[in-house]
Amino acid sequence: MGEVIVITSGKGGVGKTTTTANVGTGLAMLEKKVVLIDTDIGLRNLDVVMGLENRIVYNLVDVIEGTCRIRNALIKDKRYPNLYLLPSAQTRDKNAVTPEQMKKLADELRDEFDYILMDCPAGIEQGFKNAIAGADRALVVTTPEVSAVRDADRIIGLLEANDMKRSQLIVNRIRMDMVKRGDMMSSDDVCEILAVELIGIVPDDENIVISTNQGEPLVGNDTLAGRAYMNICRRLIGEEVPFLNLEEKQGIFGKLFGKRKKN
Amino acid sequence: MGFSEFFKKKGTGSIAKDRLKLVLVSDRAGCSPEIMEQIKNDIIAVISKYIEIDLEGLDIKIMQMQSENNNGTVPALFANIPIKDLKPAKK
Repeated sequence: MGEVIVITSGKGGVGKTTTTANVGTGLAMLEKKVVLIDTDIGLRNLDVVMGLENRIVYNLVDVIEGTCRIRNALIKDKRYPNLYLLPSAQTRDKNAVTPEQMKKLADELRDEFDYILMDCPAGIEQGFKNAIAGADRALVVTTPEVSAVRDADRIIGLLEANDMKRSQLIVNRIRMDMVKRGDMMSSDDVCEILAVELIGIVPDDENIVISTNQGEPLVGNDTLAGRAYMNICRRLIGEEVPFLNLEEKQGIFGKLFGKRKKN
Repeated sequence: MGFSEFFKKKGTGSIAKDRLKLVLVSDRAGCSPEIMEQIKNDIIAVISKYIEIDLEGLDIKIMQMQSENNNGTVPALFANIPIKDLKPAKK
């Protein structure tokens, strides 16, 4: 039986879609069978982050309305044969789907997949309710900013009210240099405020922009963010992985960078 | 204390943390600023019947307090009401 995981945040632009793409791809690299569902109806994004935008024929709403069968709408990833994407509809709105329908769809996919990842839209309205309806577990993405943490707190409250079994936190876009000089909240600060289990810390890494430009998730490669995402995947499947020492890495990187500059 | 020293002591990160803690207490309590204002006005009305209070210095807020019997924290209404003058009891 597969596990349904929703990736949510409340605030927009904190990295839900990037997280979904990287965690999903990472789980596929760990030889799990994975399907990513873009639940942001009307604002389709996960397909471009995955680099699969040219292969879309059918979408989520087509499946829900019975226009096509699930297997016809699933797009196979170009790198990993055990990774699939169910894209969102671009020309419909959130009310085209109900939470009950989403739950039914998720349950149907459980038999065939190890992990079903729901990329949730920003906000707390219909789209959010649809995305969390069938989920067993939630990954709450936030950045170390006042607005994002406040929204994350609201989301965690709503997840609890909806009987989410497990909610875990990803602190995204940490800048260790700023944390070090006291101008950014640390992941410990954010965790303390939100009082929720931490599953990952992802540094602010320009490689994310580069990978998104190309439509290729960077999980697993030798960048700080790539390693951080792979660690999240390992923790998801139950391994105990220590948190990356971002500060130390920063030091080594700084040295390397300094050397290169001199040469 | 110099200007730069002041900023060294309190980075903007801890300012963010303190502001968040405050805003989340009222968010979690489901208590809007408008309701807090009403509570404040009602408190003023009641207390002013007996005591002359300093309206400028009056401050009420919801805070997290360590609960007395278990180890968790509970929200508490905190009111700081400076007294200007005790009115003589009317006969």
